[in-house]
Amino acid sequence: MNWFKYSSPQTFYPLAGKMVPWFMGVAVCLGLIGLYIAFFAAPTDFQQGDAYRIIFIHVPAAWMSMFIYMVMAFWAGIGLAFNTRLSSMMAHALAPTGALMTFIALWTGAFWGRPTWGAWWVWDARLTSELILLFLYLGYLSLVAAIDDPRRADKASAVLALVGAINVPIIYFSVKWWNTLHQGSSISMTRAPSMASIMLAGMLVMVFAFWAYSIAAALMRVRCEILDREHNAAWVRQMEGI
Amino acid sequence: MQWSSAAEFFAMGGYGLYVWGAYAISAVLIAAEVVALIRRGRTLRAQRGRNPHVQSD
Repeated sequence: MNWFKYSSPQTFYPLAGKMVPWFMGVAVCLGLIGLYIAFFAAPTDFQQGDAYRIIFIHVPAAWMSMFIYMVMAFWAGIGLAFNTRLSSMMAHALAPTGALMTFIALWTGAFWGRPTWGAWWVWDARLTSELILLFLYLGYLSLVAAIDDPRRADKASAVLALVGAINVPIIYFSVKWWNTLHQGSSISMTRAPSMASIMLAGMLVMVFAFWAYSIAAALMRVRCEILDREHNAAWVRQMEGI
Repeated sequence: MQWSSAAEFFAMGGYGLYVWGAYAISAVLIAAEVVALIRRGRTLRAQRGRNPHVQSD
């Protein structure tokens, strides 16, 4: 298979259109399984009661917020280095979904922090670096929107995305580097094994659901970006159906 | 299954506000993103090829 064939907007547009229902379907199926595990299969936590059930959306959203940023910075960097239009469009398409995931991580974190720590918000290293991630996404989107020439917007925003990528490892390691209120990595839950495994299973199912959703949303948006940017191109005007 | 009634399920052991507050806003935001994307796609496809000399945003 020639992957470069799909590096042009014209060939990628219909391919993305075919992939969207699959990823969205996977996201919905896994989401339903994950929610079933989250609310019915997983038992009440002996320490945090039922408040811990927020973990099933908090952790997937937080992981996706960081992962999407890295993918966005990667495509922005490819666009900057090789001047490929589709790469920059992909970076733009990922940013709003990344910002949404970051907001969900912060919001669910606040709703989890309040009953467990007694505070909606603390200026803890993990929380603060995640908030900076939200500002990076919003700054990136503002910069793209502020520059009229799309090619210049691609380049300027790519530099911002690449410089901002330094924040992602800071978020990830913040619980190790600083003494934070935020708990450490939840993937190594040291609780009763039977409980931990069903909670872990639910969380991982939700991670894959969020992952599939993010891909579907980014593909839907990149199709919009392609139509928006290429609307004068002959192939868009001659395109039938879809 | 650990819930003996629907009321117990919605109470979430006293953490109902926090659990449902977190889930509800997340669900609303994700649904809003999907709706916005579908509508934007429809609008763009409807406009496709028209007004070639007018720069659309």
